Amino acid sequence: MAQEQTRPERSGGGDEGPADEGTQVAAQNAARDEDVDSVLDEIDGVLESNAEEFVKGFVQKGGQ
Amino acid sequence: MSVRRVMGIETEYGIAVPGQPQANPMAASGDVVTTYARAHGLRAAHGAWDYSDEHPLIDARGFEVPRSRADLSQLTDVEDPTLANVVLANGARLYVDHAHPEYSSPEVTSPRDAVVWDRAGELVMREVVERLAERPPGINLYKNNTDGKGSSYGTHENFLVSRRTPFERIIAGLTPFFVARQVMCGAGRVGIGQESEHTGYQISSRSDFFEAPVGLETTFKRPIINTRDEPHADPDIWRRLHVIIGDANQADVANLVKTGSTSLVLSLIEADAIDRRLEVLHPVEALKVISHDPTCTATVRMRDGRDLTAVQILTEYLEMATALVEREGSDPATDEVLTHWERLLGLLAHDPMDAAADIDWVAKLNLLERYRQRDGMQWGDPRLAAIDIQFSDVRADKGIFHTLERAGRITRLTTDDEVRAAVSTPPADTRAWLRGGTVERLGEHVVSASWDSLVLRLPRAGRIARVSMLDPLAHGRDETETLLSAGDVDDLVAGLGA
Repeated sequence: MAQEQTRPERSGGGDEGPADEGTQVAAQNAARDEDVDSVLDEIDGVLESNAEEFVKGFVQKGGQ
Repeated sequence: MSVRRVMGIETEYGIAVPGQPQANPMAASGDVVTTYARAHGLRAAHGAWDYSDEHPLIDARGFEVPRSRADLSQLTDVEDPTLANVVLANGARLYVDHAHPEYSSPEVTSPRDAVVWDRAGELVMREVVERLAERPPGINLYKNNTDGKGSSYGTHENFLVSRRTPFERIIAGLTPFFVARQVMCGAGRVGIGQESEHTGYQISSRSDFFEAPVGLETTFKRPIINTRDEPHADPDIWRRLHVIIGDANQADVANLVKTGSTSLVLSLIEADAIDRRLEVLHPVEALKVISHDPTCTATVRMRDGRDLTAVQILTEYLEMATALVEREGSDPATDEVLTHWERLLGLLAHDPMDAAADIDWVAKLNLLERYRQRDGMQWGDPRLAAIDIQFSDVRADKGIFHTLERAGRITRLTTDDEVRAAVSTPPADTRAWLRGGTVERLGEHVVSASWDSLVLRLPRAGRIARVSMLDPLAHGRDETETLLSAGDVDDLVAGLGA
């Protein structure tokens, strides 16, 4: 994610101050990341073992 | 104003025979359809399609393409004896479309029901995969829209729209919305460009395959607004808007907001209530600009000179829809869609990653980014492409989306019980009730069926009767259940006055 890009303005008021918001978001992001890691192990167990071959073999004919 | 209208979702599934990339996809798709039909006592001959009301070459702009000038892929109104085709007990159509098995949901009247019966299709496909696994190597199915190598296959939405609404107004009102709505309901994709010529991640799996603003085609020169005018309903009252720009969603919220917000924008157009200047200068290019920017900060140039983000465009639509609903009154289905629509725009404007529980492309990106961090993978790493494909595997134990959902990481609006029930039960408030009920209970008498007809063999009368169902809101449970449950086809037809 590009960090330096400006976010579009939110519609409606009620935003918290930028400093508070930044801290809160960082905390949320950290919690979210940790949370995802807990399911990565489970996903590792079901992933196709030979990714390259699996991807190469996934060939479709066009559709609508 | 209400979000309620007749609608449905058609999904072509990706198909793969493990270890046999060269396997014939039409034969494999036929296996999928016939395996399911046989397991449920729905012999293909019983569900043969009635094509007499299909007109794939009539263009909503007011002309018909001559057959001699049409591409072979556009002639969807003739029976191909090699292609399997069956009507399910829930009123859906399961068939082979080109080289994919397709589940077309029964017609429903709310976005929530559209989500439920679309998910029922996932269970149909999951059951087939389980059955075919008993004959190795089996066949796997994927609820996705591209193989990342140049092929794309569609997930289409259908909405009935008042015939009084000029098609030009639909084009003008919907195009900016379709350019922008992918940020709420894209399924995400590893790879940029039709053949993944560039590495990276994008919001929609379909956007790179759209090449025209408006047109009749669906398999090439794909247009943002499709003009096929084939209402499967009384053409004097209805047109069917065939939406070919959209990804297959697995996330309930994204799927609900996709159909719900589109229905509300159509209501705005029908009411001639689009009162803001919203015209994207180069819509086909803008579609890609927005899709290629997962930060959701990219802007596109509007005809009035403004540069707007997708979220800003969608906010304008949301404000118009909210205002019209406030003027005209609401209902619970509409309130539910507006609530989620507004919530998603808030999340996307703040930090798109906040929508990881609600939107497919964000859920997938969130996961891929953790893999990238953990294992130091570049975007060109085949493991990321593999995760992208496996994200949509319909099997409960292999599909990565299902893993996330089981872990409680995805917002559910539906329950497993209601989705399971929708596999065998049609929606009660449309003609799907009669279609599904007849196929299930009187299947041996069905000669053919379609969205708007049932052709039945009457043993006592010794004739064939065609039941016309041109009104999608007629022939629901209240009208037909007593006749259906009596279980006599002659009496059914007599009772329906056909």
